[in-house]
Amino acid sequence: MRLHLSPEDQAFRKEMRTFFTTQVPQSIRDRVASRRELSKEQIVEAQRVLNAAGLAVPHWPVEWGGRGWTPLQRHIWHEEMMAACVPPPLAFNASMVGPVIAAFGNQEQKERFLPPTANLDIWWCQGFSEPDAGSDLASLRTTAVRDGDTYVVNGQKTWTTLAQHADWIFCLVRTDPTADKRQRGISFLLFPMDTPGVTLRPIELIDGGHEVNEVFFEDVVVPAENLVGEENRGWDYAKFLLGNERVGVAPVAMIKRLLASAKEHASEVTDGGVPVGQDPLMAARIAELENEVLALELTAIRVVANSADGKPHPASSVLKLRGTELQQAATELLVDIAGPLSLASFAGAGSEVPDWARVATPSYLNYRKASIYGGSNEVQRTIIAGSILGL
Amino acid sequence: MEFSYDNEQIALREAVGGLLTRAYGGDQRRAVVAADPGFDEKTWARLAEMGVLGLPFAESDGGMGAGPIEVSIVAEELGRVLAPEPFVESVVLAGGLVAAVGTAAQRGEVLGPLTEGTSVLAFAHAEPGSRWSAAAGAVRATADGNSWTLTGVKEPVPHGARADLLVVSAVAGGATRLFLVRGDATGLERTGYRTHDGGRAAKVAFDGTPAELLGEGDADRSGEIELALARARIAYSHEAIGAMEAALAMTAEYLKTRKQFGVTLNKFQALTFRAADMYVSLELARSTVLWATLVADAGDDVVTAADRARLQSSRAGRHIGKEAIQLHGGIGMTAEYKIGHYTSRLTAIDHQLGDGDWALSRLAAGVADHPTVDPLS
Repeated sequence: MRLHLSPEDQAFRKEMRTFFTTQVPQSIRDRVASRRELSKEQIVEAQRVLNAAGLAVPHWPVEWGGRGWTPLQRHIWHEEMMAACVPPPLAFNASMVGPVIAAFGNQEQKERFLPPTANLDIWWCQGFSEPDAGSDLASLRTTAVRDGDTYVVNGQKTWTTLAQHADWIFCLVRTDPTADKRQRGISFLLFPMDTPGVTLRPIELIDGGHEVNEVFFEDVVVPAENLVGEENRGWDYAKFLLGNERVGVAPVAMIKRLLASAKEHASEVTDGGVPVGQDPLMAARIAELENEVLALELTAIRVVANSADGKPHPASSVLKLRGTELQQAATELLVDIAGPLSLASFAGAGSEVPDWARVATPSYLNYRKASIYGGSNEVQRTIIAGSILGL
Repeated sequence: MEFSYDNEQIALREAVGGLLTRAYGGDQRRAVVAADPGFDEKTWARLAEMGVLGLPFAESDGGMGAGPIEVSIVAEELGRVLAPEPFVESVVLAGGLVAAVGTAAQRGEVLGPLTEGTSVLAFAHAEPGSRWSAAAGAVRATADGNSWTLTGVKEPVPHGARADLLVVSAVAGGATRLFLVRGDATGLERTGYRTHDGGRAAKVAFDGTPAELLGEGDADRSGEIELALARARIAYSHEAIGAMEAALAMTAEYLKTRKQFGVTLNKFQALTFRAADMYVSLELARSTVLWATLVADAGDDVVTAADRARLQSSRAGRHIGKEAIQLHGGIGMTAEYKIGHYTSRLTAIDHQLGDGDWALSRLAAGVADHPTVDPLS
């Protein structure tokens, strides 16, 4: 039991902080701090800066760019990156398809895909959810029928995040509709988004933004060599992918950033001449949220420290559940501090409403997604009740 | 930052846990708390033999020279079985004050017998009509040369009737001072009673009662009292963690075995989701409380850390305590069944040295002083 970081980890933390705050372009970090959407070019540029320094995929196997860090060092890397407003490496590449190819792909696939995936030369999107397969992912219906050296894919995916930027998609498809368990007949396929028969339809969200899409497949021909691992084992790879990441499960540093800006704005906006932050109810609300975020951060450190065996720690579900709740609470706090200013969401350049107040409500509405994606919070409660409490 | 116990600490946990499970693993607690002094003198003596009662004190004062981490381990084991022995009250709080303020002679005279289990201490500090202040209120101390007398009422004083020696806060010359009062002192009237959780407290009235000044000089001691209260708050929070963990385990077990509508209760998602939320509360509180102990161990800002631990464990204790009864249903209301006693004890811990709202109010007063809280610094 020890409170402070070891001298080595303190030095590591300082090294990370220095890199993130000096080597990633300020304009990109300012954009993240403003809570505004980044362009594709900004996301790509940031990831290439990280990758050139060996900081894009530190959790991958060392031969493919991993760093062999301790779990605590990976936690520090992630938190310092987020605290410095550096956009994290694209999750679809760095946390999802990369680790799957590294673990289950053949040598040719690794050589072909891993370096450009780390460098974001290939932008991946995730073809998992379907209109009738949300939390119940195993009910997916997109089919891939083997035809000689190819698969022919038909069906539809949805909620496909940033597919408008994507070069390739990693896709769960049903290859054996007759399998005795529906999880058994699923395979993991890779194909370019510009393959004939792939079409995209944007979905406008309640914040007015275009973040997700529907993707349609009509007789899409995919070379059989783009199958990852074995046919009909795709469910195992998807489970590996979803349970792979323990670092950064709870967006601690992002919530802390939101809370720090909430404090700042609560001292600027006044109510009857008195700063909102001096209202005892508001001060108590901020203090309680801050304490809950501390509890979350400490729990994240406990989970990370206990992850040496490589298996997901069951308490990861606590991090997802509480992390998204607190993230939502922080976005809600900012809307409430903005008060009537929060109505000026789409005000133009001539508006006197500060930008943080304009973005507050769209961001609050946008983050309602957090308790739904990545295994909804109800799924997390099911996991806690089942695997931890044995209910 | 490192959250795992070393081998000696694991051995301590197993030894104390084993002793307390033998003492209270069955139905023994009800009989023990029914009779005065509300705890088992034999179990107290066994804890003393194990060295537990001297853990936080320096070896030169007759103690074991351990620290907040070892104290937290013991407190959690006490909470797990609701052991009524006054470890936090007597050792951590009253003993802690003697260790912090007493002269070398006083430390030796008081902490040696406390460690050996031959003298029970209590801290007489709370006064009717005030809450959770570090300063003394209406009890006055009067000097006559080198000797002191106390006048006024302290209540409720945890284990105040049983204590062999009282550590008493009193006002003298506008400052809060600390005194030692023997249990058999003249002009001392003690009226003990049961508390709702099976514990004991007392009205302790002083009427020109002879007292010995704790420590030297005429400094105000409310700063030392604040620090000792903070350490005790953290220890209580660990006791609460142990109790919450046991209450959740009992509740989960009950959901797996109790049948209604022809099936066990764990078939009802409305119930299992609530149990899952109890687990979330427990783990978040545990993280904060463990951290607070590490802050105390490192000698950092223990007062703020204690407020943070208190806030998180108060919220969790109320959540888990109330849900544990509700998920049990009617049987949770009965004195015969254990679960309600956990809720009662968690409620007592919550109000002894400061509850969640009280801690929040203190934290809110300083919330604008820092942009973020950084536990890794």
